[in-house]
Amino acid sequence: MSGFGGLPGFVLRRGIGTVLTLFAISVIVYVVFYVTPGDVAQITCGPRCSPAQVHQVAEQLRLDEPLHVRYWHFIEGLVVGQDYSTGTSVEHCRAPCLGLSYQSDQQVTGLILAKLPVSLSLVFGAMVLWLILGIGTGVLSAWRRGRLTERLLTALTLAGTATPVFVIGLILMIVVCGELQLLPFPQYVNLTDDPEQWAWNLLLPWLSLALIEAASFARLTRSSMLETLAEDHIRTFRAYGVGERSIIGRHALRGAFAPVIALNANNFGSAVGGAVLTETLFGLPGIGQELVHAVNVVDLPVVVGMVLVIGFFVVLANAVADVLYAVADRRVVLS
Amino acid sequence: MSLVDVTDLTVEFGALRAVDGLSFRLEEGAALGLVGESGSGKSTVASALLGLHRGTGATVGGSVRVAGTDVGTASDEELRRLRGGRAAMVFQDPLSSLDPYYAIGDQIAEVYRVHTRVSRRAARARAVRVLERVGIPDPVRRSRSRPHEFSGGMRQRALIAMALACEPDLLIADEPTTALDVTVQAQILDLLHTLREETGMGLLLVTHDVGVAAESVDEVLVMRHGRLVEHGPVGAVLAAPAQPYTRELLGAVPRVEARRTAGEQPSEKSGGPLPDARRPDADGPRADSVRADGPRADGRRAVAGPSDEVVLEAHGLRREFGRGKRALAAVDGVSLTVRRGETLGVVGESGSGKTTLGRMLVGLLEPTAGEVRYEGRVSSGVNPAVQMVFQDPVSSLNPRRSVGESIADPLRARARGGRGARGGRARDETAVRARVTELLERVGLEAAHYDRYPHEFSGGQRQRVGIARALAADPSVIVCDEPVSALDVTTQAQVVALLGELQRELGLALVFVAHDLAVVRQVSDRVAVMRRGRVVEEGPADEVYESPRDPYTRQLLAAVPALDPAVAARRRAERRRAERREPALT
Repeated sequence: MSGFGGLPGFVLRRGIGTVLTLFAISVIVYVVFYVTPGDVAQITCGPRCSPAQVHQVAEQLRLDEPLHVRYWHFIEGLVVGQDYSTGTSVEHCRAPCLGLSYQSDQQVTGLILAKLPVSLSLVFGAMVLWLILGIGTGVLSAWRRGRLTERLLTALTLAGTATPVFVIGLILMIVVCGELQLLPFPQYVNLTDDPEQWAWNLLLPWLSLALIEAASFARLTRSSMLETLAEDHIRTFRAYGVGERSIIGRHALRGAFAPVIALNANNFGSAVGGAVLTETLFGLPGIGQELVHAVNVVDLPVVVGMVLVIGFFVVLANAVADVLYAVADRRVVLS
Repeated sequence: MSLVDVTDLTVEFGALRAVDGLSFRLEEGAALGLVGESGSGKSTVASALLGLHRGTGATVGGSVRVAGTDVGTASDEELRRLRGGRAAMVFQDPLSSLDPYYAIGDQIAEVYRVHTRVSRRAARARAVRVLERVGIPDPVRRSRSRPHEFSGGMRQRALIAMALACEPDLLIADEPTTALDVTVQAQILDLLHTLREETGMGLLLVTHDVGVAAESVDEVLVMRHGRLVEHGPVGAVLAAPAQPYTRELLGAVPRVEARRTAGEQPSEKSGGPLPDARRPDADGPRADSVRADGPRADGRRAVAGPSDEVVLEAHGLRREFGRGKRALAAVDGVSLTVRRGETLGVVGESGSGKTTLGRMLVGLLEPTAGEVRYEGRVSSGVNPAVQMVFQDPVSSLNPRRSVGESIADPLRARARGGRGARGGRARDETAVRARVTELLERVGLEAAHYDRYPHEFSGGQRQRVGIARALAADPSVIVCDEPVSALDVTTQAQVVALLGELQRELGLALVFVAHDLAVVRQVSDRVAVMRRGRVVEEGPADEVYESPRDPYTRQLLAAVPALDPAVAARRRAERRRAERREPALT
């Protein structure tokens, strides 16, 4: 009966599904970039390159090969690794090799591994905050429905949804770092180097990202709770003298669990690569920023690698959500 | 002092007065039935006893005293002590009345702990004890189950266990068996009866079903439009009702003992010559364009009463849901014949496969095996000559389309399919409207209803719309899936009469699928009893009802509530004896 029993099978099926999804994503990205107009070799080489140099770059990047051959090289690199000649020396790129950046000749895998901790730090911290803020606000406005508190909170969350992240971020930075000088202007510090500084420096990015996201969680929590509160079993507990506090905290909140988990999975996954504005504003060298740059300079290996990593996190977050969902509600069978 | 003392109770929801000047008393240990049709205010009274209207915007007037607490003036804290502590309530739908996320034992323990300062462990033990008391087998293990792991009857037992947890003086049961099968209903009513004998608690039973009241209470209070109609000992009121409304209500209740009469003789309403839905000269020449022409229509019209000609046959019908190991045969080898102009009743409890069978007969579901034959030819897919009337007249009509449009849909579909001509569109529209108007009038509605929307109609009227829609395709068979189970008894009687009338005049064959044995007997020439996907017994209605051969049919018939309290008591005693011999649990 319980969803937990099916966990190994579920993980296996999800694993296969993930691989297939990522495969499909990589094909799409390859095709999109192949048909995009613009001379990749020219852009990579720079505006002052001579035609001969451009040709050389094209050869080096194997741009003259047909699409399926290039894609095959990419898969080969992923599975067994690959050797790249960088003109004078030969560099071995170990599996899983996502290729070399057209721009910097750096290995994409290494590039991502360098950027990923920054993005994950940002999104994980922000997620904790947005869940606390969002669910808290939602519960409060469901509890105080029809009163002043709820109307105030509704106005606030509406404002939160409507405000762009860079406005909140800028205001926070100007007030906290500029006017009040409570914190220095943020600068990314590695968690492993100095956990305390890591947290202090990420506080403002976390807050600005979380404030925006919290608004949608607050609205979702409130509406799912109100929906649950109108259900028959809530009436049962009222008719048995159970207090409003238990009804809200124990029974109604439980109804909001599933939709909140689902929304969180999506938002977490997409924020890993999508928090570009926050990263840019606070100077965080994360995945989002790098991805935008790579797209601008048509750096195909970097784009493919990043998109795959982001896709991986989206799929992973959703799988975790499904498991949590099945653990929470035993009527759900993982399939 | 009385256990319940209600004086001049009035409950208003905005401009609507749901309860209007109601007064009654209930003594300690006594049982009172509040009986009425939907909208009579009976459930509103039940909620008022626990002060459940507080904070909902309803205006409550008069005074309500329950177990010494003045519900109107009590503080929130006093009210909380009353609720569940001194007076406990059991609700209609036992699935939605329990929290799906928590174990049943935990939910009972939670309620218990609200009223007693005991440890979690002690509360949990109490939950197991009351579950055992209401007859849940293996209560320790089952107390850890979630509501979805319980059957309907067991869920209702669990709710009753919750009510018992704090040993209340008063049990308020609001339609406690309405969502249950008849055999399960009998078990739950027997359980309530036993518990009342053992604990001496008072019972206020709210029900639309006079038979359920007859089985369970000493006194009955009939309500209509929020007012008291009649109040007295249950035997007296049911045997010799003093008020015309009570007589009307009792007259409308289908009796399982009664041989079929309705439908064989014309009712007063249909005395005059009604426009025949099929006669071309009755509705003008233009209506012809949207109707199927052809010999069938006229050949059928002349038929009145059952004939020997078989119109619809099912041969070894089987339908599975799910695949592999989880496959379940909802219908498992059913063969039936439906003759022109007759009514075949299909009766069974939930899960018997009767709805699945009905859907296969009209071609909404493809059988896994077996076949449906219409007029001797194998028919697959939807056949316009076999139409369906659905159970829920609310959800089976599109709320965003006017009822006229809903009825016109099958007409348009036919016009498109049959003619394919583009030219006569405007003419077709006039004809469609004329035909729909005719159909509306045919089922007792008005032409002006064409542009109204479903929410503007009562349940009975909506079901009439559903019937008109089924008639639109000019069928020779209509499969009615629980067509009256969502309706009040007086409305039920009207819809049943309408179906009978239509059958006589149009020579329709009806397949009447229902769980209510009395209704099925009232309308059917022949009856098939279904259980677990199979037909266990089939035959002429009177034969099946008067001398049932199959033990299951006998069990079903024994479970039907009797309208006479004396008969009910005798049957209860029989059921108890039978139970002791072979304990049956839900």
